[in-house]
Amino acid sequence: MRLLAEGLGSARGGRTLFQGLSFALGAGDSLVVVGPNGSGKTTLLRLIAGLLPPTAGRIILADSEDPVAESVHFVGHLDALKGALTLGENLAFYKSLFGGGGDAVDETLGRMGIGTLAMLPAEVLSAGQRRRAALARLLVSHRPIWLLDEPANALDADGQILLARLMQEHRGRGGIVIAATHARLDLPAAREISLAGAA
Amino acid sequence: MSAALAAILKRDLKLALRAGGGAGIGVIFFLAVVVIVPFAVGPDLPLLKRIGAAVLWIGALLASLLGLERIFAADHEDGSLDLLFLAPVPLALAAAAKALAHWVATGLPLVVMAPILGLMLGIDARSLVAVTATLVVGTPAVTFIGLLAGALAVTLPRSGLLVAVLVLPLAIPLLIFGVAATDAAVTGEIPFGAPFRLLCAISLFFFVLGPIAAAAALRYARE
Repeated sequence: MRLLAEGLGSARGGRTLFQGLSFALGAGDSLVVVGPNGSGKTTLLRLIAGLLPPTAGRIILADSEDPVAESVHFVGHLDALKGALTLGENLAFYKSLFGGGGDAVDETLGRMGIGTLAMLPAEVLSAGQRRRAALARLLVSHRPIWLLDEPANALDADGQILLARLMQEHRGRGGIVIAATHARLDLPAAREISLAGAA
Repeated sequence: MSAALAAILKRDLKLALRAGGGAGIGVIFFLAVVVIVPFAVGPDLPLLKRIGAAVLWIGALLASLLGLERIFAADHEDGSLDLLFLAPVPLALAAAAKALAHWVATGLPLVVMAPILGLMLGIDARSLVAVTATLVVGTPAVTFIGLLAGALAVTLPRSGLLVAVLVLPLAIPLLIFGVAATDAAVTGEIPFGAPFRLLCAISLFFFVLGPIAAAAALRYARE
């Protein structure tokens, strides 16, 4: 499976964020997107997920039957947790929504260090706990491409080590990790795209 | 695919029925509308009997408007709307599952309440059955129209009134044929079946149009 971007360009609100962006990622590869605030890191991730149409260029998933949207996990700024549901219910929902097999909910929550919180409503959790829950989504259903927008935000030191291990394992299974970040992420041999900011 | 749709249905039902979900508000509003009418028109039982079906329909229609603006806005605010786009189901079907959950939580209780409130207006048994039948068919259509309006207003804050204004004109045919069918059952001048079938046809139209148009509006709103 290969993820190809050809001549991607995007303009938001009349400003060109980037243009002529191309890259090719194969199994086990990772890409780190860096750049100052407002340079289009989130936009690029949303574009790859198909949540935004590009103004130029295209995204292709070669050697795969599935459309791109059904091959990606997207963890954005927002944790996509329903405050009124328990943590376990939130995760179980995403497991059945995305399907495709994956780790059991209880086991995953335990692994993310929030196993004891499974019965609590998500609204009482701290920012770091919510972030761990959002990352747990990556494990309860398996998809080959992870799109992570500032994944280390609000995570403590242990959480960041755990995140690095999860990304490493995913790449070891032949997955692709694309992360937008300010913080240093522990992603060995990752390629880097630097977005300069609005032209 | 059906597992994903069932998951959406189950989650939205749970959310509506939990504290703060707002499922009970519609029933209380419906009760309030029906109760104030006799105070306004006076204790004239023949008159209440004659306008009873119309009062029930107006009350149910207005109560059905409550909460429609939150169908997609809540998901948009917490980021889970993005993930619906990535689910392995067509967006229109996901939207339909959300509308169905909304109706079961908010519309179905109105239908159950209608005959009880009808007794308060002195409506006879025959037209109680008729008005309940028309509400069973008509109120889901109101929710599906609201699905479209909720999708159009997804990014707007405080859009409750806007959604109501968008829904009401489209819901007028439902109101006309809903009340007409009930009147037909009572007076017998025209057969109940004729306006009732038209009501069914209009509802079916919105069951199809609502989710497809809502999906298109959501796609447009992302850009």
